[in-house]
Amino acid sequence: MDTKWTPSEMMAVRAAQELKNGEVVFVGIGLPNLACNLARATHAPELFMIYESGAVGTVPSRVPVSIGDPTLVTDSLSIVSQADIFQLYLQGGLIEVGFLGGAQVDRFGNINTTVIGDYKQPKVRLPGSGGACEIAVHSQRLLIMMRMNPKAFVEKCDFVTSPGHRFRAKHESPQNDKTRKDLGLAGAGPMVVITDLGVCEFVDGEMTLTEVYPGIKVEQVKAQCGWPIKIAAQLREPAPPEAGVLELLRNKLDPQRLFLG
Amino acid sequence: MHSAIRKPKLGSDKVVSMSEAISDSVKSGSSVLIDGFTHLICFAAGHEIIRQQIRNLTAIRLTPDLVYDQMIEAGCVSKLVFSWAGNPGVGSLHALRRRSQGDSPSRIELEEYTHFGMVARLLAGSAGLPFWPLKNFEGSSIVDFSSGIKFIECPFTGERVAAVSALHPDVGILHCQRADKEGNAQVWGLFGTQREVAFSCKKLIVVAEEIVDSSVIRRDPNRTLVPGIVVDHVVHEPWGCHPSYVQGYYDRDNDFYVKWEEISRDTTTYAKYLDEFVFSVRDRSEYLKKMGSGLMDRLKAKPRMCEGVDYGY
Repeated sequence: MDTKWTPSEMMAVRAAQELKNGEVVFVGIGLPNLACNLARATHAPELFMIYESGAVGTVPSRVPVSIGDPTLVTDSLSIVSQADIFQLYLQGGLIEVGFLGGAQVDRFGNINTTVIGDYKQPKVRLPGSGGACEIAVHSQRLLIMMRMNPKAFVEKCDFVTSPGHRFRAKHESPQNDKTRKDLGLAGAGPMVVITDLGVCEFVDGEMTLTEVYPGIKVEQVKAQCGWPIKIAAQLREPAPPEAGVLELLRNKLDPQRLFLG
Repeated sequence: MHSAIRKPKLGSDKVVSMSEAISDSVKSGSSVLIDGFTHLICFAAGHEIIRQQIRNLTAIRLTPDLVYDQMIEAGCVSKLVFSWAGNPGVGSLHALRRRSQGDSPSRIELEEYTHFGMVARLLAGSAGLPFWPLKNFEGSSIVDFSSGIKFIECPFTGERVAAVSALHPDVGILHCQRADKEGNAQVWGLFGTQREVAFSCKKLIVVAEEIVDSSVIRRDPNRTLVPGIVVDHVVHEPWGCHPSYVQGYYDRDNDFYVKWEEISRDTTTYAKYLDEFVFSVRDRSEYLKKMGSGLMDRLKAKPRMCEGVDYGY
Protein backbone atom coordinates (compact mmCIF):
# COMPACT_ATOMS: atom_id res chain seq x y z
CA MET A 1 0.00 0.00 0.00
CA ASP A 2 1.05 3.57 -0.73
CA THR A 3 2.18 5.09 2.58
CA LYS A 4 2.32 8.59 1.11
CA TRP A 5 -0.43 10.40 2.98
CA THR A 6 -2.75 13.16 1.77
CA PRO A 7 -3.45 16.34 3.79
CA SER A 8 -7.01 15.14 4.52
CA GLU A 9 -5.71 11.83 5.84
CA MET A 10 -3.22 13.63 8.08
CA MET A 11 -6.02 15.90 9.37
CA ALA A 12 -8.21 12.91 10.27
CA VAL A 13 -5.31 11.12 11.97
CA ARG A 14 -4.15 14.20 13.88
CA ALA A 15 -7.70 15.05 14.99
CA ALA A 16 -8.28 11.48 16.19
CA GLN A 17 -5.19 11.82 18.41
CA GLU A 18 -6.87 14.70 20.26
CA LEU A 19 -9.57 12.35 21.53
CA LYS A 20 -9.05 10.35 24.69
CA ASN A 21 -10.62 6.97 25.33
CA GLY A 22 -13.93 7.32 27.18
CA GLU A 23 -14.42 11.00 26.39
CA VAL A 24 -17.87 12.31 25.53
CA VAL A 25 -17.69 13.89 22.09
CA PHE A 26 -20.28 15.76 20.06
CA VAL A 27 -19.66 14.56 16.51
CA GLY A 28 -20.17 16.78 13.46
CA ILE A 29 -20.42 15.99 9.76
CA GLY A 30 -17.48 15.56 7.38
CA LEU A 31 -13.90 15.05 8.55
CA PRO A 32 -14.74 15.26 12.30
CA ASN A 33 -17.09 12.33 11.82
CA LEU A 34 -14.25 10.35 10.21
CA ALA A 35 -11.75 11.40 12.92
CA CYS A 36 -14.07 10.23 15.71
CA ASN A 37 -14.72 6.90 14.03
CA LEU A 38 -10.97 6.48 13.45
CA ALA A 39 -10.25 7.16 17.13
CA ARG A 40 -12.87 4.58 18.08
CA ALA A 41 -11.32 2.02 15.73
CA THR A 42 -7.81 2.61 17.15
CA HIS A 43 -6.83 4.02 20.56
CA ALA A 44 -10.25 5.06 21.89
CA PRO A 45 -12.69 2.13 21.57
CA GLU A 46 -14.78 3.52 24.43
CA LEU A 47 -15.17 6.98 22.87
CA PHE A 48 -18.69 8.11 23.76
CA MET A 49 -20.15 9.63 20.60
CA ILE A 50 -23.21 11.86 20.59
CA TYR A 51 -24.79 13.26 17.42
CA GLU A 52 -27.02 16.33 17.31
CA SER A 53 -29.66 14.25 15.52
CA GLY A 54 -30.43 12.59 18.88
CA ALA A 55 -28.23 9.47 18.82
CA VAL A 56 -26.34 8.87 22.08
CA GLY A 57 -23.57 6.33 22.61
CA THR A 58 -23.39 5.31 18.95
CA VAL A 59 -21.43 2.38 17.48
CA PRO A 60 -21.88 2.85 13.72
CA SER A 61 -21.10 -0.25 11.67
CA ARG A 62 -20.61 1.86 8.53
CA VAL A 63 -19.24 5.40 8.47
CA PRO A 64 -22.35 7.57 8.64
CA VAL A 65 -22.78 9.68 5.51
CA SER A 66 -24.84 12.21 7.43
CA ILE A 67 -25.30 12.89 11.13
CA GLY A 68 -28.76 11.37 10.90
CA ASP A 69 -27.70 8.06 9.33
CA PRO A 70 -29.72 4.99 10.43
CA THR A 71 -26.50 3.18 11.40
CA LEU A 72 -26.22 5.64 14.32
CA VAL A 73 -29.48 4.32 15.73
CA THR A 74 -28.85 0.57 15.49
CA ASP A 75 -27.10 -0.63 18.69
CA SER A 76 -26.79 2.89 20.16
CA LEU A 77 -27.36 3.38 23.90
CA SER A 78 -30.20 5.85 23.64
CA ILE A 79 -32.22 7.82 21.11
CA VAL A 80 -33.48 11.15 22.44
CA SER A 81 -35.25 14.24 21.14
CA GLN A 82 -33.20 17.18 19.91
CA ALA A 83 -34.64 19.18 22.81
CA ASP A 84 -32.90 16.67 25.09
CA ILE A 85 -29.67 16.74 23.08
CA PHE A 86 -29.33 20.52 23.29
CA GLN A 87 -30.80 21.11 26.75
CA LEU A 88 -29.81 18.07 28.82
CA TYR A 89 -26.60 16.93 27.14
CA LEU A 90 -25.04 20.11 25.69
CA GLN A 91 -26.39 22.94 27.88
CA GLY A 92 -26.30 20.55 30.83
CA GLY A 93 -22.51 20.41 30.47
CA LEU A 94 -22.01 16.74 29.56
CA ILE A 95 -20.14 17.33 26.30
CA GLU A 96 -16.38 17.24 26.81
CA VAL A 97 -15.30 17.73 23.21
CA GLY A 98 -16.97 19.50 20.30
CA PHE A 99 -15.79 19.72 16.69
CA LEU A 100 -16.36 22.56 14.25
CA GLY A 101 -15.23 23.65 10.82
CA GLY A 102 -16.30 26.59 8.70
CA ALA A 103 -15.76 28.88 5.75
CA GLN A 104 -13.84 31.48 7.78
CA VAL A 105 -11.98 31.54 11.09
CA ASP A 106 -10.18 34.50 12.69
CA ARG A 107 -7.17 34.61 15.03
CA PHE A 108 -9.43 34.29 18.09
CA GLY A 109 -11.19 31.19 16.81
CA ASN A 110 -14.44 32.91 15.87
CA ILE A 111 -16.01 30.89 13.05
CA ASN A 112 -18.25 31.86 10.15
CA THR A 113 -20.58 29.36 8.48
CA THR A 114 -23.33 31.83 7.56
CA VAL A 115 -22.43 34.25 4.73
CA ILE A 116 -19.48 35.58 2.76
CA GLY A 117 -19.90 39.33 2.39
CA ASP A 118 -22.64 41.49 3.85
CA TYR A 119 -25.38 39.58 5.69
CA LYS A 120 -28.22 41.30 3.84
CA GLN A 121 -26.52 41.20 0.41
CA PRO A 122 -24.25 38.15 0.66
CA LYS A 123 -21.76 37.23 -2.00
CA VAL A 124 -22.16 33.59 -0.97
CA ARG A 125 -24.95 32.23 1.17
CA LEU A 126 -23.63 29.38 3.37
CA PRO A 127 -25.71 26.81 5.33
CA GLY A 128 -25.86 28.76 8.63
CA SER A 129 -25.22 27.72 12.22
CA GLY A 130 -26.99 24.43 12.65
CA GLY A 131 -25.78 23.39 16.08
CA ALA A 132 -22.41 25.14 15.68
CA CYS A 133 -23.07 28.22 17.83
CA GLU A 134 -24.25 26.23 20.85
CA ILE A 135 -21.46 23.69 20.42
CA ALA A 136 -18.95 26.58 20.52
CA VAL A 137 -20.68 27.99 23.61
CA HIS A 138 -21.05 24.80 25.64
CA SER A 139 -18.46 22.16 24.71
CA GLN A 140 -15.90 21.90 27.50
CA ARG A 141 -13.28 22.14 24.79
CA LEU A 142 -13.57 22.75 21.08
CA LEU A 143 -11.50 21.38 18.21
CA ILE A 144 -11.52 23.18 14.87
CA MET A 145 -10.75 21.39 11.59
CA MET A 146 -10.17 23.61 8.54
CA ARG A 147 -7.98 23.68 5.46
CA MET A 148 -5.74 26.75 5.39
CA ASN A 149 -5.96 29.47 2.77
CA PRO A 150 -6.01 33.28 3.10
CA LYS A 151 -9.75 33.42 2.31
CA ALA A 152 -10.53 30.99 5.13
CA PHE A 153 -8.05 32.19 7.79
CA VAL A 154 -9.09 35.84 7.85
CA GLU A 155 -8.28 38.95 9.86
CA LYS A 156 -12.00 39.41 10.52
CA CYS A 157 -14.93 37.06 9.87
CA ASP A 158 -17.71 38.52 7.71
CA PHE A 159 -20.16 37.05 10.24
CA VAL A 160 -19.43 35.34 13.57
CA THR A 161 -21.65 32.27 13.67
CA SER A 162 -19.82 30.52 16.52
CA PRO A 163 -17.96 32.38 19.26
CA GLY A 164 -14.22 31.84 19.87
CA HIS A 165 -12.11 33.63 22.49
CA ARG A 166 -12.54 37.37 21.95
CA PHE A 167 -15.38 39.53 20.71
CA ARG A 168 -15.75 43.07 19.47
CA ALA A 169 -19.18 44.69 19.48
CA LYS A 170 -20.14 46.79 16.46
CA HIS A 171 -18.26 50.13 16.38
CA GLU A 172 -16.12 49.19 19.41
CA SER A 173 -12.34 49.48 19.60
CA PRO A 174 -10.00 46.55 20.36
CA GLN A 175 -9.35 47.65 23.97
CA ASN A 176 -13.03 47.00 24.68
CA ASP A 177 -12.84 43.43 23.40
CA LYS A 178 -14.79 41.00 25.54
CA THR A 179 -13.61 37.55 26.61
CA ARG A 180 -15.58 34.34 27.01
CA LYS A 181 -15.58 34.97 30.74
CA ASP A 182 -17.03 38.47 30.26
CA LEU A 183 -19.89 36.96 28.25
CA GLY A 184 -20.39 34.04 30.62
CA LEU A 185 -19.77 31.35 27.98
CA ALA A 186 -19.77 27.95 29.66
CA GLY A 187 -17.10 26.05 27.71
CA ALA A 188 -13.38 26.79 27.43
CA GLY A 189 -13.66 27.55 23.71
CA PRO A 190 -11.35 26.51 20.85
CA MET A 191 -8.24 24.65 22.00
CA VAL A 192 -6.72 23.37 18.77
CA VAL A 193 -7.02 24.08 15.05
CA ILE A 194 -6.17 21.09 12.88
CA THR A 195 -5.33 22.22 9.35
CA ASP A 196 -3.98 20.56 6.21
CA LEU A 197 -0.50 22.05 6.85
CA GLY A 198 -0.10 21.91 10.61
CA VAL A 199 -1.72 22.43 13.98
CA CYS A 200 -2.39 25.64 15.95
CA GLU A 201 -3.15 26.13 19.62
CA PHE A 202 -4.57 29.18 21.37
CA VAL A 203 -2.16 31.14 23.56
CA ASP A 204 -3.96 33.87 25.55
CA GLY A 205 -6.88 33.34 23.22
CA GLU A 206 -4.84 33.88 20.04
CA MET A 207 -4.16 31.22 17.40
CA THR A 208 -0.48 30.20 17.46
CA LEU A 209 1.17 27.72 15.11
CA THR A 210 2.64 24.88 17.19
CA GLU A 211 3.09 22.00 14.70
CA VAL A 212 3.91 21.65 11.03
CA TYR A 213 3.42 18.36 9.20
CA PRO A 214 6.41 16.47 7.78
CA GLY A 215 7.60 18.17 4.59
CA ILE A 216 5.72 21.45 5.25
CA LYS A 217 7.63 24.70 5.77
CA VAL A 218 6.58 27.48 8.12
CA GLU A 219 6.63 29.92 5.20
CA GLN A 220 3.90 27.85 3.48
CA VAL A 221 1.72 28.17 6.56
CA LYS A 222 2.31 31.92 6.79
CA ALA A 223 1.43 32.33 3.11
CA GLN A 224 -1.92 30.60 3.63
CA CYS A 225 -2.94 32.72 6.63
CA GLY A 226 -4.72 36.06 6.23
CA TRP A 227 -2.96 37.69 9.21
CA PRO A 228 0.63 37.50 10.50
CA ILE A 229 0.15 34.33 12.50
CA LYS A 230 2.08 33.84 15.74
CA ILE A 231 4.60 31.00 15.66
CA ALA A 232 5.52 29.00 18.76
CA ALA A 233 9.17 29.15 19.81
CA GLN A 234 9.35 25.35 19.82
CA LEU A 235 7.67 24.04 16.66
CA ARG A 236 6.85 20.33 16.71
CA GLU A 237 6.49 17.86 13.86
CA PRO A 238 3.90 15.09 14.30
CA ALA A 239 4.80 11.61 13.12
CA PRO A 240 3.36 10.68 9.71
CA PRO A 241 0.31 8.37 9.79
CA GLU A 242 1.18 4.69 10.31
CA ALA A 243 0.52 2.30 7.44
CA GLY A 244 -2.10 0.38 9.44
CA VAL A 245 -4.01 3.57 10.20
CA LEU A 246 -3.93 4.63 6.55
CA GLU A 247 -5.21 1.23 5.54
CA LEU A 248 -8.07 1.52 8.03
CA LEU A 249 -9.00 4.98 6.72
CA ARG A 250 -8.82 4.04 3.06
CA ASN A 251 -10.25 0.55 3.03
CA LYS A 252 -12.65 0.42 5.94
CA LEU A 253 -13.70 3.86 7.17
CA ASP A 254 -14.00 5.86 3.95
CA PRO A 255 -13.55 3.56 0.93
CA GLN A 256 -15.61 5.93 -1.27
CA ARG A 257 -13.45 8.86 -0.10
CA LEU A 258 -16.57 10.84 0.80
CA PHE A 259 -14.67 12.78 3.45
CA LEU A 260 -11.07 12.22 2.42
CA GLY A 261 -11.77 13.68 -1.04
CA MET B 1 -56.74 34.28 29.93
CA HIS B 2 -55.85 30.95 28.47
CA SER B 3 -54.27 31.42 25.07
CA ALA B 4 -54.88 27.90 23.81
CA ILE B 5 -54.17 27.72 20.11
CA ARG B 6 -55.92 24.43 19.60
CA LYS B 7 -58.69 22.21 20.83
CA PRO B 8 -58.48 18.43 21.20
CA LYS B 9 -59.18 16.81 17.85
CA LEU B 10 -61.78 14.09 18.14
CA GLY B 11 -62.80 11.55 15.51
CA SER B 12 -62.23 7.86 15.15
CA ASP B 13 -61.30 7.84 11.44
CA LYS B 14 -59.17 10.70 10.13
CA VAL B 15 -57.67 8.86 7.17
CA VAL B 16 -57.67 10.85 3.92
CA SER B 17 -55.51 10.95 0.79
CA MET B 18 -52.38 13.13 0.73
CA SER B 19 -54.07 15.35 -1.83
CA GLU B 20 -57.09 15.93 0.46
CA ALA B 21 -54.93 16.47 3.56
CA ILE B 22 -52.84 19.13 1.82
CA SER B 23 -55.69 20.95 0.08
CA ASP B 24 -57.68 21.09 3.32
CA SER B 25 -54.77 22.32 5.50
CA VAL B 26 -52.20 24.24 3.47
CA LYS B 27 -53.44 27.53 2.03
CA SER B 28 -51.70 30.30 0.17
CA GLY B 29 -49.83 32.31 2.83
CA SER B 30 -49.73 29.46 5.40
CA SER B 31 -46.71 28.72 7.54
CA VAL B 32 -45.81 25.06 7.07
CA LEU B 33 -43.43 22.77 8.89
CA ILE B 34 -42.68 19.42 7.21
CA ASP B 35 -40.61 17.86 9.99
CA GLY B 36 -37.72 15.41 9.86
CA PHE B 37 -33.99 15.47 10.55
CA THR B 38 -32.37 13.31 7.87
CA HIS B 39 -34.86 10.65 9.07
CA LEU B 40 -38.62 10.79 8.35
CA ILE B 41 -38.68 13.73 5.92
CA CYS B 42 -41.98 13.44 4.08
CA PHE B 43 -41.08 14.17 0.46
CA ALA B 44 -44.55 12.98 -0.57
CA ALA B 45 -46.14 15.93 1.27
CA GLY B 46 -43.75 18.48 -0.26
CA HIS B 47 -44.38 17.10 -3.73
CA GLU B 48 -48.14 17.36 -3.23
CA ILE B 49 -47.77 21.03 -2.15
CA ILE B 50 -45.80 21.65 -5.35
CA ARG B 51 -48.42 19.87 -7.47
CA GLN B 52 -51.20 21.95 -5.94
CA GLN B 53 -49.09 25.06 -6.69
CA ILE B 54 -49.75 26.63 -3.30
CA ARG B 55 -48.00 30.01 -3.07
CA ASN B 56 -46.48 32.42 -0.53
CA LEU B 57 -45.72 29.78 2.06
CA THR B 58 -43.52 30.39 5.05
CA ALA B 59 -41.53 27.15 5.19
CA ILE B 60 -40.17 26.27 8.63
CA ARG B 61 -37.68 23.57 9.65
CA LEU B 62 -34.31 23.31 11.39
CA THR B 63 -32.84 21.72 8.28
CA PRO B 64 -34.57 22.72 5.07
CA ASP B 65 -33.30 20.08 2.70
CA LEU B 66 -33.94 18.88 -0.83
CA VAL B 67 -37.74 18.88 -0.61
CA TYR B 68 -37.83 22.46 0.72
CA ASP B 69 -35.41 23.44 -2.03
CA GLN B 70 -37.78 21.85 -4.56
CA MET B 71 -40.69 23.82 -3.08
CA ILE B 72 -38.59 26.98 -3.40
CA GLU B 73 -37.65 26.22 -7.02
CA ALA B 74 -41.32 25.54 -7.81
CA GLY B 75 -42.27 28.99 -6.52
CA CYS B 76 -44.25 27.89 -3.44
CA VAL B 77 -42.11 29.59 -0.77
CA SER B 78 -41.75 33.29 0.01
CA LYS B 79 -40.08 32.98 3.41
CA LEU B 80 -37.83 30.42 5.07
CA VAL B 81 -37.36 30.05 8.86
CA PHE B 82 -34.44 27.72 9.56
CA SER B 83 -31.11 26.99 11.23
CA TRP B 84 -29.09 24.96 8.69
CA ALA B 85 -29.76 24.91 4.96
CA GLY B 86 -27.74 22.49 2.87
CA ASN B 87 -27.45 19.02 1.38
CA PRO B 88 -25.62 17.33 4.28
CA GLY B 89 -22.15 16.13 3.38
CA VAL B 90 -22.76 16.91 -0.30
CA GLY B 91 -23.27 20.60 -1.08
CA SER B 92 -25.66 23.50 -1.29
CA LEU B 93 -29.36 23.95 -1.79
CA HIS B 94 -29.17 25.58 -5.18
CA ALA B 95 -32.71 26.94 -5.54
CA LEU B 96 -32.26 28.65 -2.18
CA ARG B 97 -28.82 29.91 -3.10
CA ARG B 98 -30.14 31.39 -6.34
CA ARG B 99 -32.68 33.34 -4.29
CA SER B 100 -30.61 34.43 -1.30
CA GLN B 101 -27.46 36.10 -2.60
CA GLY B 102 -26.70 39.74 -3.38
CA ASP B 103 -26.76 39.07 -7.11
CA SER B 104 -30.01 37.05 -7.08
CA PRO B 105 -32.70 38.46 -9.42
CA SER B 106 -35.47 37.39 -7.01
CA ARG B 107 -35.10 36.82 -3.30
CA ILE B 108 -36.99 34.97 -0.61
CA GLU B 109 -37.03 36.25 2.96
CA LEU B 110 -34.81 34.41 5.44
CA GLU B 111 -35.20 34.28 9.22
CA GLU B 112 -32.47 32.22 10.83
CA TYR B 113 -31.60 30.79 14.20
CA THR B 114 -29.39 27.98 15.44
CA HIS B 115 -30.64 24.42 15.94
CA PHE B 116 -30.96 24.97 19.68
CA GLY B 117 -32.74 28.27 19.00
CA MET B 118 -35.29 26.58 16.71
CA VAL B 119 -35.79 23.70 19.16
CA ALA B 120 -36.39 26.22 21.96
CA ARG B 121 -38.93 28.15 19.84
CA LEU B 122 -40.84 24.90 19.27
CA LEU B 123 -40.60 23.98 22.96
CA ALA B 124 -42.23 27.31 23.85
CA GLY B 125 -44.91 26.78 21.22
CA SER B 126 -45.65 23.25 22.35
CA ALA B 127 -45.82 24.19 26.04
CA GLY B 128 -48.08 27.20 25.52
CA LEU B 129 -45.43 29.67 26.71
CA PRO B 130 -44.62 32.99 25.00
CA PHE B 131 -40.86 32.36 25.02
CA TRP B 132 -38.21 29.84 26.07
CA PRO B 133 -35.00 30.59 27.96
CA LEU B 134 -31.64 29.16 26.96
CA LYS B 135 -27.95 29.85 27.42
CA ASN B 136 -26.74 30.66 23.95
CA PHE B 137 -25.90 33.21 21.23
CA GLU B 138 -23.49 35.42 23.25
CA GLY B 139 -20.62 36.47 21.01
CA SER B 140 -22.47 35.42 17.84
CA SER B 141 -23.62 37.82 15.09
CA ILE B 142 -26.90 35.87 14.92
CA VAL B 143 -28.40 38.10 17.61
CA ASP B 144 -27.86 41.18 15.41
CA PHE B 145 -30.11 39.86 12.64
CA SER B 146 -32.74 37.63 14.23
CA SER B 147 -35.91 39.29 15.48
CA GLY B 148 -36.87 36.31 17.63
CA ILE B 149 -33.84 36.42 19.98
CA LYS B 150 -33.57 38.69 23.05
CA PHE B 151 -31.65 38.63 26.33
CA ILE B 152 -33.42 38.68 29.68
CA GLU B 153 -32.45 38.65 33.33
CA CYS B 154 -33.23 35.60 35.43
CA PRO B 155 -35.79 36.77 38.07
CA PHE B 156 -34.10 34.62 40.74
CA THR B 157 -30.36 34.93 40.18
CA GLY B 158 -30.07 38.00 37.96
CA GLU B 159 -28.13 35.92 35.44
CA ARG B 160 -28.36 37.06 31.83
CA VAL B 161 -29.94 34.41 29.60
CA ALA B 162 -31.20 34.35 26.03
CA ALA B 163 -34.87 34.00 25.17
CA VAL B 164 -36.51 33.02 21.89
CA SER B 165 -40.11 33.61 20.85
CA ALA B 166 -42.66 30.80 20.59
CA LEU B 167 -43.29 29.23 17.21
CA HIS B 168 -46.80 28.18 16.13
CA PRO B 169 -46.78 26.97 12.52
CA ASP B 170 -50.18 26.90 10.83
CA VAL B 171 -49.59 23.36 9.59
CA GLY B 172 -47.26 20.61 10.77
CA ILE B 173 -46.59 17.45 8.79
CA LEU B 174 -45.01 14.45 10.53
CA HIS B 175 -44.03 11.11 9.05
CA CYS B 176 -44.06 8.04 11.28
CA GLN B 177 -43.67 4.27 11.04
CA ARG B 178 -47.22 3.46 12.11
CA ALA B 179 -50.40 5.12 13.26
CA ASP B 180 -53.99 4.14 13.87
CA LYS B 181 -56.94 5.85 12.17
CA GLU B 182 -57.26 8.37 15.02
CA GLY B 183 -53.68 9.51 14.45
CA ASN B 184 -52.01 7.93 17.47
CA ALA B 185 -48.53 7.73 16.02
CA GLN B 186 -45.61 5.51 16.94
CA VAL B 187 -42.08 6.42 15.99
CA TRP B 188 -38.71 4.79 16.55
CA GLY B 189 -35.23 5.78 15.50
CA LEU B 190 -34.37 9.49 15.36
CA PHE B 191 -37.39 11.65 16.19
CA GLY B 192 -35.75 15.08 16.33
CA THR B 193 -38.37 17.73 17.03
CA GLN B 194 -41.48 15.70 16.19
CA ARG B 195 -43.03 15.89 19.65
CA GLU B 196 -42.61 19.66 19.89
CA VAL B 197 -43.89 20.13 16.34
CA ALA B 198 -46.96 17.99 17.07
CA PHE B 199 -47.91 20.14 20.04
CA SER B 200 -47.08 23.58 18.62
CA CYS B 201 -48.84 23.48 15.22
CA LYS B 202 -52.37 24.73 14.70
CA LYS B 203 -53.12 21.87 12.30
CA LEU B 204 -51.32 18.54 12.15
CA ILE B 205 -51.09 15.92 9.42
CA VAL B 206 -49.65 12.53 10.39
CA VAL B 207 -48.32 10.45 7.49
CA ALA B 208 -47.70 6.78 8.20
CA GLU B 209 -45.89 3.92 6.48
CA GLU B 210 -48.56 1.64 7.92
CA ILE B 211 -52.03 2.15 9.34
CA VAL B 212 -52.54 -0.31 12.18
CA ASP B 213 -55.36 -1.28 14.49
CA SER B 214 -55.50 0.72 17.75
CA SER B 215 -54.78 -2.49 19.65
CA VAL B 216 -51.27 -2.52 18.12
CA ILE B 217 -50.67 0.99 19.47
CA ARG B 218 -52.07 0.10 22.89
CA ARG B 219 -49.84 -2.95 23.27
CA ASP B 220 -46.77 -0.64 23.29
CA PRO B 221 -47.91 2.77 24.62
CA ASN B 222 -44.39 3.97 25.48
CA ARG B 223 -43.66 4.15 21.77
CA THR B 224 -46.53 6.55 21.01
CA LEU B 225 -44.92 9.93 20.35
CA VAL B 226 -48.00 11.79 19.12
CA PRO B 227 -51.52 11.28 20.51
CA GLY B 228 -54.48 11.34 18.14
CA ILE B 229 -56.06 14.27 20.01
CA VAL B 230 -53.61 16.68 18.36
CA VAL B 231 -53.99 15.18 14.87
CA ASP B 232 -56.30 16.54 12.15
CA HIS B 233 -55.56 14.18 9.26
CA VAL B 234 -53.96 10.76 8.86
CA VAL B 235 -52.43 9.79 5.51
CA HIS B 236 -51.27 6.30 4.56
CA GLU B 237 -48.21 6.76 2.34
CA PRO B 238 -45.75 3.84 2.10
CA TRP B 239 -42.27 4.95 0.97
CA GLY B 240 -43.48 8.52 1.49
CA CYS B 241 -40.06 9.69 2.62
CA HIS B 242 -37.85 8.54 -0.25
CA PRO B 243 -35.02 9.67 -0.75
CA SER B 244 -35.06 10.26 3.03
CA TYR B 245 -35.49 7.11 5.10
CA VAL B 246 -37.65 5.32 7.65
CA GLN B 247 -35.88 3.17 10.24
CA GLY B 248 -36.92 -0.45 9.89
CA TYR B 249 -38.55 0.18 6.49
CA TYR B 250 -36.04 1.61 4.01
CA ASP B 251 -32.56 3.15 3.97
CA ARG B 252 -31.62 6.66 2.95
CA ASP B 253 -30.97 6.93 -0.79
CA ASN B 254 -27.52 8.46 -0.38
CA ASP B 255 -26.78 8.04 -4.10
CA PHE B 256 -29.70 10.30 -4.90
CA TYR B 257 -28.50 13.00 -2.47
CA VAL B 258 -25.10 12.94 -4.19
CA LYS B 259 -26.68 13.01 -7.67
CA TRP B 260 -28.94 15.88 -6.61
CA GLU B 261 -25.98 18.27 -6.49
CA GLU B 262 -25.65 17.95 -10.26
CA ILE B 263 -29.39 17.97 -11.02
CA SER B 264 -30.09 21.06 -8.93
CA ARG B 265 -27.08 23.15 -9.95
CA ASP B 266 -28.58 23.73 -13.39
CA THR B 267 -32.07 25.26 -13.71
CA THR B 268 -32.85 23.22 -16.85
CA THR B 269 -32.14 19.82 -15.29
CA TYR B 270 -33.88 21.01 -12.11
CA ALA B 271 -37.05 21.88 -14.06
CA LYS B 272 -36.86 18.57 -15.90
CA TYR B 273 -36.66 16.68 -12.60
CA LEU B 274 -39.68 18.50 -11.15
CA ASP B 275 -41.64 17.92 -14.33
CA GLU B 276 -40.84 14.23 -14.48
CA PHE B 277 -41.05 13.20 -10.81
CA VAL B 278 -43.51 15.72 -9.34
CA PHE B 279 -45.81 17.35 -11.91
CA SER B 280 -46.13 14.35 -14.25
CA VAL B 281 -47.11 11.91 -11.52
CA ARG B 282 -50.51 12.00 -9.86
CA ASP B 283 -49.44 10.78 -6.44
CA ARG B 284 -46.81 8.85 -4.49
CA SER B 285 -47.78 5.47 -5.89
CA GLU B 286 -47.13 6.74 -9.44
CA TYR B 287 -43.80 8.19 -8.28
CA LEU B 288 -42.85 4.77 -6.92
CA LYS B 289 -43.88 3.04 -10.14
CA LYS B 290 -41.64 5.46 -12.01
CA MET B 291 -38.75 4.61 -9.68
CA GLY B 292 -39.17 0.93 -10.51
CA SER B 293 -38.77 -2.14 -8.34
CA GLY B 294 -34.97 -1.73 -8.33
CA LEU B 295 -35.36 1.07 -5.82
CA MET B 296 -37.08 -1.11 -3.27
CA ASP B 297 -34.63 -3.98 -3.77
CA ARG B 298 -31.77 -1.56 -3.19
CA LEU B 299 -33.11 0.28 -0.15
CA LYS B 300 -35.48 -2.06 1.72
CA ALA B 301 -34.29 -2.37 5.33
CA LYS B 302 -32.90 -5.63 6.63
CA PRO B 303 -34.83 -6.69 9.74
CA ARG B 304 -33.35 -5.95 13.14
CA MET B 305 -35.99 -6.76 15.76
CA CYS B 306 -35.83 -5.85 19.45
CA GLU B 307 -37.20 -8.13 22.14
CA GLY B 308 -40.10 -5.99 23.36
CA VAL B 309 -41.00 -5.44 27.02
CA ASP B 310 -43.43 -6.78 29.60
CA TYR B 311 -46.26 -4.33 30.39
CA GLY B 312 -47.85 -6.71 32.90
CA TYR B 313 -48.63 -5.86 36.50
